[in-house]
Amino acid sequence: MADAVFLALAVMTIGSAIAALEVRSLIYGSIALMGTLGGIAGFFLLLDSPFVAMFQIAVYIGSIAVLILFTVMLVRRQLIFIKIEDPRRRYAGIGLMLVMMIALGAVILGSGIKTIQTDEPPVDFRVIGEDFLIYYWPALILMGLILASAVIGALTLARREDVTNDQHNE
Amino acid sequence: MTNTMSDFIIVSIALLAIGIYGVSVKRNAIRMLFAIEMIVNAANLNLVAFARFLPNSQGQTFALFSIAIAAAEVGVGLALIIVAYRMYKNVDIAEFRSLKG
Repeated sequence: MADAVFLALAVMTIGSAIAALEVRSLIYGSIALMGTLGGIAGFFLLLDSPFVAMFQIAVYIGSIAVLILFTVMLVRRQLIFIKIEDPRRRYAGIGLMLVMMIALGAVILGSGIKTIQTDEPPVDFRVIGEDFLIYYWPALILMGLILASAVIGALTLARREDVTNDQHNE
Repeated sequence: MTNTMSDFIIVSIALLAIGIYGVSVKRNAIRMLFAIEMIVNAANLNLVAFARFLPNSQGQTFALFSIAIAAAEVGVGLALIIVAYRMYKNVDIAEFRSLKG
């Protein structure tokens, strides 16, 4: 059975996930998204994985949520509050969501996963460091290259071409 | 530990379903990015839950890789949204009709 901390975290995560998609203003939506990401970090702490939880807080709440907030502020003011949706599409989406929840939930509850509990000690985070440096070092290097190329690609994409010559002409 | 594994997986399923709802219904590009983030987070929660209950360290390692790649994905996605906004003066994906620059 789930305990109180788990239930509170679950309500916070799911509630702010719904709020992030349904709140009228995109700014409040991105703050609600921070709540979802923080709730997931709380679940990581419950699962005895403090290293992943810290990483989640640093990367998601510290950088991604702030990046999204800045992008929202770059967009025109009317577009932040506007909400265009096809109502029929919306009902179809809600139906799809409920079908997925019920079907996947029935599969999980019907399987043997329901009873799995563990008394074993949690994995020490030093083991994760060993994993990274002994077994997955090529993937680690590749990840660094991918991150660098993604940053360069994002900068190249978002560069403004129409203002480059203005400064030279003055 | 009093929580069973299925508790975490049910939260993950709920988050995944909400994310799929967002991707299929919303027309605002930034809100679609929110929904994609929720789906990625549901996957990470599954990885760490399985890693805790097996128990095994590799699920946490994969979750760390996944979080780092998601950061890159969001950076590129937001850059694309900014380019599209500059071109069409809108973030509604139904307005993004032509691929020409």
